[in-house]
Amino acid sequence: MINVVSRNILRMIFLVIFQVAVLDNIQVGGYINPYMYILFILLLPFETPKWLLLLSAFFLGLSVDMVSDTLGIHTAACVFMAFCRPGVINLISSRQEYEIGISPTVRDLGFKWFFSYALILVVAHHIPLFFLEVFSFHEFFQTLLRIGLSIIFTMFLLLLSQLITYRPKK
Amino acid sequence: MKNFFDFLVRQYFFFLFLLLEVIAIIMVVQNNYYQRAAFINATNETTGSFLSTINSISQYFSLVDANHKLSEENARLLSESRKFRKANDTRVYISHDTVYSQEYEFVSAKVIKNSTNKRNNYLTLDKGSKQGIEKDMGVITSTGVVGIIKDVSLNFSSVTSILHKDSKISAKIKKNSQLGTVIWGGGDYQYGELIDIPTHVKLVIGDTVITSGYSTSFPEGIMIGKVSDFKIDKGDNFYTITIKFNTDFNSISYAYVIKNIMKKEIDQLNKDIPND
Repeated sequence: MINVVSRNILRMIFLVIFQVAVLDNIQVGGYINPYMYILFILLLPFETPKWLLLLSAFFLGLSVDMVSDTLGIHTAACVFMAFCRPGVINLISSRQEYEIGISPTVRDLGFKWFFSYALILVVAHHIPLFFLEVFSFHEFFQTLLRIGLSIIFTMFLLLLSQLITYRPKK
Repeated sequence: MKNFFDFLVRQYFFFLFLLLEVIAIIMVVQNNYYQRAAFINATNETTGSFLSTINSISQYFSLVDANHKLSEENARLLSESRKFRKANDTRVYISHDTVYSQEYEFVSAKVIKNSTNKRNNYLTLDKGSKQGIEKDMGVITSTGVVGIIKDVSLNFSSVTSILHKDSKISAKIKKNSQLGTVIWGGGDYQYGELIDIPTHVKLVIGDTVITSGYSTSFPEGIMIGKVSDFKIDKGDNFYTITIKFNTDFNSISYAYVIKNIMKKEIDQLNKDIPND
Protein backbone atom coordinates (compact mmCIF):
# COMPACT_ATOMS: atom_id res chain seq x y z
CA MET A 1 0.00 0.00 0.00
CA ILE A 2 2.74 2.44 1.04
CA ASN A 3 4.53 1.44 -2.11
CA VAL A 4 1.60 2.50 -4.29
CA VAL A 5 1.20 5.83 -2.50
CA SER A 6 4.86 6.78 -2.70
CA ARG A 7 5.06 5.68 -6.32
CA ASN A 8 2.18 7.99 -7.20
CA ILE A 9 3.62 10.91 -5.27
CA LEU A 10 6.97 10.48 -7.03
CA ARG A 11 5.18 10.29 -10.37
CA MET A 12 3.32 13.51 -9.59
CA ILE A 13 6.53 15.38 -8.70
CA PHE A 14 8.30 14.10 -11.78
CA LEU A 15 5.44 14.99 -14.12
CA VAL A 16 5.07 18.52 -12.74
CA ILE A 17 8.80 19.20 -13.11
CA PHE A 18 8.82 17.69 -16.60
CA GLN A 19 5.82 19.81 -17.58
CA VAL A 20 7.27 23.08 -16.34
CA ALA A 21 10.89 22.54 -17.28
CA VAL A 22 10.46 20.94 -20.69
CA LEU A 23 6.96 20.91 -22.16
CA ASP A 24 6.04 24.51 -21.33
CA ASN A 25 9.02 25.63 -23.40
CA ILE A 26 7.85 23.92 -26.56
CA GLN A 27 7.03 26.58 -29.10
CA VAL A 28 5.33 25.81 -32.38
CA GLY A 29 3.65 28.86 -33.87
CA GLY A 30 1.91 29.83 -30.66
CA TYR A 31 -0.69 27.11 -30.96
CA ILE A 32 0.62 23.87 -29.56
CA ASN A 33 1.18 23.39 -25.88
CA PRO A 34 0.98 19.78 -24.69
CA TYR A 35 -0.05 19.11 -21.10
CA MET A 36 1.30 15.71 -20.25
CA TYR A 37 1.21 16.11 -16.47
CA ILE A 38 -2.41 14.90 -16.42
CA LEU A 39 -1.00 11.41 -16.93
CA PHE A 40 -0.90 11.39 -13.13
CA ILE A 41 -4.70 11.48 -12.89
CA LEU A 42 -5.03 8.89 -15.64
CA LEU A 43 -2.73 6.43 -13.90
CA LEU A 44 -4.17 6.66 -10.37
CA PRO A 45 -5.25 3.16 -9.33
CA PHE A 46 -8.89 2.13 -9.76
CA GLU A 47 -9.20 1.64 -6.01
CA THR A 48 -8.42 5.30 -5.25
CA PRO A 49 -11.20 6.73 -3.04
CA LYS A 50 -13.17 9.39 -4.88
CA TRP A 51 -12.38 12.18 -2.43
CA LEU A 52 -8.67 11.43 -2.75
CA LEU A 53 -9.00 11.50 -6.51
CA LEU A 54 -10.46 15.00 -6.42
CA LEU A 55 -8.02 16.29 -3.82
CA SER A 56 -4.94 14.96 -5.58
CA ALA A 57 -6.15 16.46 -8.85
CA PHE A 58 -6.64 19.74 -7.00
CA PHE A 59 -3.08 19.77 -5.69
CA LEU A 60 -1.65 18.62 -9.00
CA GLY A 61 -3.31 21.55 -10.77
CA LEU A 62 -2.36 23.96 -8.02
CA SER A 63 1.31 23.06 -8.21
CA VAL A 64 1.41 23.53 -11.98
CA ASP A 65 -0.49 26.80 -11.58
CA MET A 66 1.86 28.23 -8.99
CA VAL A 67 4.92 27.60 -11.11
CA SER A 68 3.46 28.85 -14.38
CA ASP A 69 1.76 31.89 -12.80
CA THR A 70 -1.71 30.98 -14.05
CA LEU A 71 -3.41 30.61 -10.70
CA GLY A 72 -6.60 28.53 -10.74
CA ILE A 73 -6.74 27.60 -14.41
CA HIS A 74 -5.03 24.23 -14.24
CA THR A 75 -6.63 23.55 -10.87
CA ALA A 76 -10.13 23.99 -12.27
CA ALA A 77 -9.39 21.87 -15.34
CA CYS A 78 -7.79 19.06 -13.34
CA VAL A 79 -10.61 18.90 -10.81
CA PHE A 80 -13.13 18.73 -13.61
CA MET A 81 -11.16 15.97 -15.30
CA ALA A 82 -10.96 13.98 -12.05
CA PHE A 83 -14.69 14.43 -11.59
CA CYS A 84 -15.28 12.90 -15.01
CA ARG A 85 -12.95 9.94 -14.46
CA PRO A 86 -15.25 7.48 -12.61
CA GLY A 87 -18.02 8.10 -15.14
CA VAL A 88 -15.69 7.53 -18.08
CA ILE A 89 -14.35 4.32 -16.59
CA ASN A 90 -17.90 3.00 -16.13
CA LEU A 91 -18.78 4.05 -19.64
CA ILE A 92 -16.00 2.24 -21.48
CA SER A 93 -15.32 -0.78 -19.28
CA SER A 94 -17.26 -3.97 -19.29
CA ARG A 95 -17.62 -5.65 -15.95
CA GLN A 96 -15.23 -8.53 -16.44
CA GLU A 97 -12.24 -6.28 -17.14
CA TYR A 98 -12.63 -4.77 -13.75
CA GLU A 99 -10.53 -6.94 -11.50
CA ILE A 100 -8.64 -6.14 -8.36
CA GLY A 101 -4.98 -5.30 -8.89
CA ILE A 102 -5.46 -3.98 -12.39
CA SER A 103 -4.21 -0.51 -13.23
CA PRO A 104 -5.49 1.78 -16.00
CA THR A 105 -2.63 1.23 -18.41
CA VAL A 106 -2.11 -0.12 -21.92
CA ARG A 107 -0.40 -3.12 -20.37
CA ASP A 108 -3.40 -4.22 -18.32
CA LEU A 109 -6.36 -3.17 -20.42
CA GLY A 110 -5.09 -2.89 -23.97
CA PHE A 111 -4.37 -0.10 -26.39
CA LYS A 112 -7.94 0.50 -27.50
CA TRP A 113 -9.24 0.82 -23.98
CA PHE A 114 -6.48 3.20 -22.92
CA PHE A 115 -6.80 5.30 -26.05
CA SER A 116 -10.51 6.03 -25.59
CA TYR A 117 -10.08 6.46 -21.83
CA ALA A 118 -7.26 8.96 -22.28
CA LEU A 119 -8.88 10.80 -25.18
CA ILE A 120 -12.15 11.53 -23.36
CA LEU A 121 -10.35 12.74 -20.26
CA VAL A 122 -7.83 14.84 -22.19
CA VAL A 123 -10.74 16.56 -23.93
CA ALA A 124 -12.41 17.09 -20.53
CA HIS A 125 -9.21 18.71 -19.33
CA HIS A 126 -8.20 20.82 -22.32
CA ILE A 127 -11.55 22.46 -23.08
CA PRO A 128 -12.01 24.08 -19.64
CA LEU A 129 -8.30 24.85 -19.49
CA PHE A 130 -8.07 26.83 -22.71
CA PHE A 131 -11.37 28.62 -22.31
CA LEU A 132 -10.51 29.64 -18.75
CA GLU A 133 -7.19 30.94 -19.98
CA VAL A 134 -8.80 33.11 -22.65
CA PHE A 135 -11.72 33.84 -20.31
CA SER A 136 -14.08 34.85 -23.09
CA PHE A 137 -15.72 33.42 -26.18
CA HIS A 138 -14.42 36.20 -28.38
CA GLU A 139 -11.77 34.16 -30.11
CA PHE A 140 -13.91 31.02 -30.14
CA PHE A 141 -12.60 29.30 -33.26
CA GLN A 142 -9.02 30.24 -32.67
CA THR A 143 -9.29 28.73 -29.21
CA LEU A 144 -10.92 25.60 -30.64
CA LEU A 145 -8.02 25.23 -33.04
CA ARG A 146 -5.52 25.53 -30.20
CA ILE A 147 -7.48 22.97 -28.18
CA GLY A 148 -7.58 20.52 -31.08
CA LEU A 149 -3.88 20.77 -31.85
CA SER A 150 -2.88 20.51 -28.22
CA ILE A 151 -5.11 17.45 -27.71
CA ILE A 152 -3.34 15.68 -30.57
CA PHE A 153 0.04 16.54 -29.14
CA THR A 154 -0.89 15.57 -25.57
CA MET A 155 -2.36 12.25 -26.73
CA PHE A 156 0.79 11.53 -28.68
CA LEU A 157 2.94 12.07 -25.60
CA LEU A 158 0.65 10.03 -23.36
CA LEU A 159 0.71 7.06 -25.72
CA LEU A 160 4.46 7.43 -26.15
CA SER A 161 4.95 7.34 -22.39
CA GLN A 162 2.90 4.15 -22.26
CA LEU A 163 5.10 2.59 -24.93
CA ILE A 164 8.30 3.58 -23.15
CA THR A 165 7.20 2.14 -19.80
CA TYR A 166 5.60 -0.93 -21.41
CA ARG A 167 6.60 -4.17 -19.79
CA PRO A 168 4.94 -7.35 -20.98
CA LYS A 169 2.89 -9.26 -18.45
CA LYS A 170 4.66 -12.00 -16.55
CA MET B 1 -32.19 17.35 8.93
CA LYS B 2 -30.80 13.85 9.15
CA ASN B 3 -32.01 13.14 5.67
CA PHE B 4 -30.27 16.23 4.46
CA PHE B 5 -26.95 15.10 5.92
CA ASP B 6 -27.48 11.63 4.49
CA PHE B 7 -28.00 13.24 1.14
CA LEU B 8 -24.80 15.26 1.51
CA VAL B 9 -22.80 12.17 2.49
CA ARG B 10 -24.22 10.10 -0.35
CA GLN B 11 -23.50 12.77 -2.91
CA TYR B 12 -20.22 13.90 -1.34
CA PHE B 13 -18.30 13.28 -4.56
CA PHE B 14 -20.34 15.86 -6.41
CA PHE B 15 -20.27 18.41 -3.61
CA LEU B 16 -16.54 18.06 -3.06
CA PHE B 17 -16.11 18.56 -6.78
CA LEU B 18 -18.26 21.65 -6.64
CA LEU B 19 -16.36 23.05 -3.68
CA LEU B 20 -12.91 22.55 -5.23
CA GLU B 21 -14.09 23.92 -8.56
CA VAL B 22 -15.45 27.05 -6.91
CA ILE B 23 -12.17 27.56 -5.08
CA ALA B 24 -10.32 27.24 -8.38
CA ILE B 25 -12.58 29.70 -10.19
CA ILE B 26 -12.25 32.21 -7.36
CA MET B 27 -8.48 31.93 -7.73
CA VAL B 28 -8.71 32.52 -11.47
CA VAL B 29 -10.79 35.65 -11.01
CA GLN B 30 -8.63 36.99 -8.21
CA ASN B 31 -5.51 36.37 -10.20
CA ASN B 32 -6.94 38.16 -13.18
CA TYR B 33 -8.32 41.25 -11.58
CA TYR B 34 -6.83 41.89 -8.19
CA GLN B 35 -3.55 41.67 -6.50
CA ARG B 36 -3.03 38.18 -5.31
CA ALA B 37 -3.46 37.09 -1.73
CA ALA B 38 -0.46 37.35 0.51
CA PHE B 39 0.07 33.62 0.93
CA ILE B 40 0.57 33.19 -2.77
CA ASN B 41 3.27 35.81 -2.74
CA ALA B 42 4.99 33.89 0.00
CA THR B 43 4.94 30.71 -2.06
CA ASN B 44 6.21 32.71 -4.98
CA GLU B 45 9.56 32.75 -3.20
CA THR B 46 9.64 28.97 -3.19
CA THR B 47 8.61 28.54 -6.78
CA GLY B 48 10.90 31.41 -7.70
CA SER B 49 13.98 29.69 -6.37
CA PHE B 50 12.82 26.47 -8.01
CA LEU B 51 12.51 28.26 -11.34
CA SER B 52 15.93 29.85 -11.06
CA THR B 53 17.42 26.41 -10.48
CA ILE B 54 15.82 25.15 -13.66
CA ASN B 55 16.92 28.29 -15.46
CA SER B 56 20.50 27.96 -14.28
CA ILE B 57 20.58 24.61 -16.05
CA SER B 58 18.74 25.57 -19.20
CA GLN B 59 20.61 28.84 -19.70
CA TYR B 60 23.71 26.89 -20.71
CA PHE B 61 21.97 26.01 -23.92
CA SER B 62 21.52 29.64 -24.89
CA LEU B 63 24.81 31.03 -23.56
CA VAL B 64 26.21 31.72 -27.01
CA ASP B 65 23.17 33.68 -28.04
CA ALA B 66 22.99 35.63 -24.78
CA ASN B 67 26.68 36.50 -24.94
CA HIS B 68 26.30 37.66 -28.47
CA LYS B 69 23.43 39.94 -27.59
CA LEU B 70 25.16 41.37 -24.55
CA SER B 71 28.33 42.12 -26.45
CA GLU B 72 26.31 43.75 -29.19
CA GLU B 73 24.65 45.93 -26.64
CA ASN B 74 27.95 46.75 -24.99
CA ALA B 75 29.28 47.87 -28.31
CA ARG B 76 26.28 50.07 -28.91
CA LEU B 77 26.48 51.64 -25.46
CA LEU B 78 30.19 52.24 -25.85
CA SER B 79 29.63 53.99 -29.11
CA GLU B 80 27.04 56.21 -27.44
CA SER B 81 29.28 57.02 -24.54
CA ARG B 82 30.57 60.56 -24.56
CA LYS B 83 34.10 59.44 -23.82
CA PHE B 84 34.42 58.09 -27.33
CA ARG B 85 33.00 61.06 -29.10
CA LYS B 86 34.82 63.87 -30.69
CA ALA B 87 33.72 67.35 -29.70
CA ASN B 88 32.19 69.03 -32.70
CA ASP B 89 32.49 72.62 -31.65
CA THR B 90 34.20 74.64 -29.05
CA ARG B 91 31.15 76.13 -27.45
CA VAL B 92 30.43 74.74 -24.05
CA TYR B 93 26.93 74.00 -22.82
CA ILE B 94 26.68 73.88 -19.10
CA SER B 95 23.80 71.84 -17.83
CA HIS B 96 22.97 72.63 -14.28
CA ASP B 97 21.50 69.88 -12.19
CA THR B 98 18.55 72.10 -11.53
CA VAL B 99 17.64 72.16 -15.20
CA TYR B 100 17.86 68.46 -16.03
CA SER B 101 17.29 65.82 -13.46
CA GLN B 102 17.23 62.14 -14.01
CA GLU B 103 13.75 60.81 -14.65
CA TYR B 104 14.34 57.10 -15.19
CA GLU B 105 16.51 54.48 -13.59
CA PHE B 106 17.15 51.03 -15.01
CA VAL B 107 17.54 47.83 -13.06
CA SER B 108 18.94 44.90 -14.97
CA ALA B 109 17.39 41.51 -14.28
CA LYS B 110 17.70 37.98 -15.50
CA VAL B 111 14.65 36.30 -17.01
CA ILE B 112 14.24 32.97 -15.25
CA LYS B 113 10.95 31.98 -16.81
CA ASN B 114 9.35 32.99 -20.05
CA SER B 115 6.64 31.69 -22.32
CA THR B 116 5.26 32.63 -25.72
CA ASN B 117 3.01 29.68 -26.47
CA LYS B 118 -0.02 30.60 -24.35
CA ARG B 119 -2.77 33.13 -24.85
CA ASN B 120 -1.61 34.92 -21.70
CA ASN B 121 2.11 34.90 -21.23
CA TYR B 122 4.13 35.86 -18.19
CA LEU B 123 7.81 36.23 -17.44
CA THR B 124 9.57 35.85 -14.11
CA LEU B 125 12.57 38.03 -13.23
CA ASP B 126 15.18 37.39 -10.57
CA LYS B 127 14.85 40.85 -9.01
CA GLY B 128 12.17 41.93 -6.56
CA SER B 129 11.14 44.52 -4.00
CA LYS B 130 14.58 44.25 -2.38
CA GLN B 131 16.02 45.82 -5.51
CA GLY B 132 13.33 48.47 -5.57
CA ILE B 133 11.02 46.92 -8.13
CA GLU B 134 7.36 47.80 -7.82
CA LYS B 135 4.12 46.87 -9.49
CA ASP B 136 3.35 48.57 -12.85
CA MET B 137 6.96 49.33 -13.74
CA GLY B 138 7.87 48.81 -17.39
CA VAL B 139 10.20 46.04 -18.56
CA ILE B 140 12.32 46.33 -21.71
CA THR B 141 15.27 44.66 -23.37
CA SER B 142 17.89 46.23 -25.55
CA THR B 143 15.61 45.50 -28.52
CA GLY B 144 12.34 46.86 -27.19
CA VAL B 145 9.36 46.65 -24.90
CA VAL B 146 8.65 43.39 -23.06
CA GLY B 147 5.86 44.04 -20.57
CA ILE B 148 4.77 45.46 -17.23
CA ILE B 149 5.50 44.21 -13.71
CA LYS B 150 2.49 42.38 -12.31
CA ASP B 151 3.55 41.06 -8.90
CA VAL B 152 6.60 41.54 -6.74
CA SER B 153 7.96 39.33 -4.01
CA LEU B 154 11.12 39.95 -2.03
CA ASN B 155 13.55 38.58 -4.62
CA PHE B 156 11.44 37.85 -7.67
CA SER B 157 8.90 39.60 -9.80
CA SER B 158 6.46 38.45 -12.44
CA VAL B 159 5.83 40.37 -15.61
CA THR B 160 2.69 40.53 -17.71
CA SER B 161 4.16 40.11 -21.16
CA ILE B 162 3.03 42.23 -24.10
CA LEU B 163 1.79 38.80 -25.31
CA HIS B 164 -1.24 38.89 -23.00
CA LYS B 165 -4.89 39.53 -23.69
CA ASP B 166 -5.06 42.37 -21.16
CA SER B 167 -1.83 44.04 -22.24
CA LYS B 168 -2.27 47.49 -23.76
CA ILE B 169 0.82 49.57 -24.48
CA SER B 170 0.38 53.21 -25.38
CA ALA B 171 2.35 53.67 -28.60
CA LYS B 172 2.91 56.06 -31.46
CA ILE B 173 4.20 55.99 -35.00
CA LYS B 174 7.64 57.50 -34.91
CA LYS B 175 7.53 59.60 -38.06
CA ASN B 176 4.26 61.46 -37.39
CA SER B 177 3.63 60.90 -33.68
CA GLN B 178 0.16 59.44 -34.28
CA LEU B 179 -1.06 57.92 -31.06
CA GLY B 180 -2.33 54.34 -30.85
CA THR B 181 -2.37 51.25 -28.67
CA VAL B 182 -0.44 48.03 -29.17
CA ILE B 183 -2.29 44.83 -28.31
CA TRP B 184 -1.72 41.13 -29.01
CA GLY B 185 -4.47 39.04 -30.58
CA GLY B 186 -2.97 35.65 -29.88
CA GLY B 187 -1.38 33.27 -32.35
CA ASP B 188 2.06 34.10 -33.64
CA TYR B 189 4.20 35.66 -30.93
CA GLN B 190 6.14 37.71 -33.46
CA TYR B 191 3.19 39.83 -34.57
CA GLY B 192 0.95 42.24 -32.67
CA GLU B 193 -1.67 44.80 -33.58
CA LEU B 194 -1.64 48.57 -33.47
CA ILE B 195 -5.13 50.00 -33.05
CA ASP B 196 -6.71 53.46 -32.90
CA ILE B 197 -4.75 54.98 -35.79
CA PRO B 198 -7.25 57.05 -37.87
CA THR B 199 -7.43 56.37 -41.60
CA HIS B 200 -6.34 59.83 -42.75
CA VAL B 201 -2.81 59.14 -41.56
CA LYS B 202 -0.43 58.01 -44.31
CA LEU B 203 1.26 54.74 -43.52
CA VAL B 204 4.10 52.84 -45.15
CA ILE B 205 5.12 49.27 -44.44
CA GLY B 206 8.20 49.42 -42.26
CA ASP B 207 7.12 52.45 -40.21
CA THR B 208 8.59 52.31 -36.74
CA VAL B 209 6.26 52.03 -33.74
CA ILE B 210 7.62 53.32 -30.42
CA THR B 211 6.27 53.95 -26.94
CA SER B 212 4.41 57.21 -26.51
CA GLY B 213 5.70 58.19 -23.09
CA TYR B 214 2.15 58.97 -21.98
CA SER B 215 2.07 56.14 -19.47
CA THR B 216 4.32 56.29 -16.47
CA SER B 217 5.63 52.79 -17.15
CA PHE B 218 7.73 53.54 -20.22
CA PRO B 219 9.76 56.54 -21.29
CA GLU B 220 9.09 57.95 -24.72
CA GLY B 221 10.75 56.39 -27.73
CA ILE B 222 11.34 52.80 -26.67
CA MET B 223 11.17 50.54 -29.72
CA ILE B 224 8.14 48.26 -30.03
CA GLY B 225 8.15 47.06 -33.62
CA LYS B 226 7.65 47.85 -37.28
CA VAL B 227 4.47 48.01 -39.34
CA SER B 228 4.35 44.85 -41.43
CA ASP B 229 0.85 45.09 -42.88
CA PHE B 230 -2.14 47.42 -42.74
CA LYS B 231 -5.65 47.60 -44.13
CA ILE B 232 -8.87 49.53 -43.70
CA ASP B 233 -11.97 47.47 -43.03
CA LYS B 234 -15.08 48.70 -44.83
CA GLY B 235 -16.80 51.50 -42.96
CA ASP B 236 -14.10 51.65 -40.33
CA ASN B 237 -12.48 54.90 -39.26
CA PHE B 238 -9.37 53.22 -38.02
CA TYR B 239 -6.67 51.13 -39.63
CA THR B 240 -6.15 47.48 -38.82
CA ILE B 241 -2.39 47.42 -38.50
CA THR B 242 -0.19 44.39 -37.97
CA ILE B 243 3.20 45.07 -36.48
CA LYS B 244 6.20 42.81 -36.18
CA PHE B 245 7.72 43.04 -32.73
CA ASN B 246 11.32 44.09 -32.68
CA THR B 247 12.00 41.84 -29.69
CA ASP B 248 12.22 38.11 -30.20
CA PHE B 249 10.18 37.13 -27.17
CA ASN B 250 11.25 33.54 -27.37
CA SER B 251 14.90 34.29 -26.69
CA ILE B 252 14.86 36.90 -23.93
CA SER B 253 17.47 36.19 -21.29
CA TYR B 254 18.13 39.60 -19.76
CA ALA B 255 15.78 42.52 -19.27
CA TYR B 256 15.75 45.99 -17.73
CA VAL B 257 13.10 47.21 -15.33
CA ILE B 258 12.36 50.91 -15.63
CA LYS B 259 11.94 52.95 -12.49
CA ASN B 260 10.20 56.22 -13.09
CA ILE B 261 11.47 58.58 -10.43
CA MET B 262 8.74 61.12 -11.16
CA LYS B 263 5.95 58.52 -11.17
CA LYS B 264 4.56 59.51 -7.78
CA GLU B 265 4.31 63.11 -8.81
CA ILE B 266 2.61 62.29 -12.12
CA ASP B 267 0.19 59.86 -10.49
CA GLN B 268 -0.66 62.46 -7.88
CA LEU B 269 -1.50 64.93 -10.63
CA ASN B 270 -3.51 62.43 -12.66
CA LYS B 271 -5.50 61.43 -9.63
CA ASP B 272 -7.24 64.77 -9.66
CA ILE B 273 -8.32 64.48 -13.28
CA PRO B 274 -11.89 63.17 -13.40
CA ASN B 275 -12.15 59.89 -15.27
CA ASP B 276 -14.83 60.05 -17.91
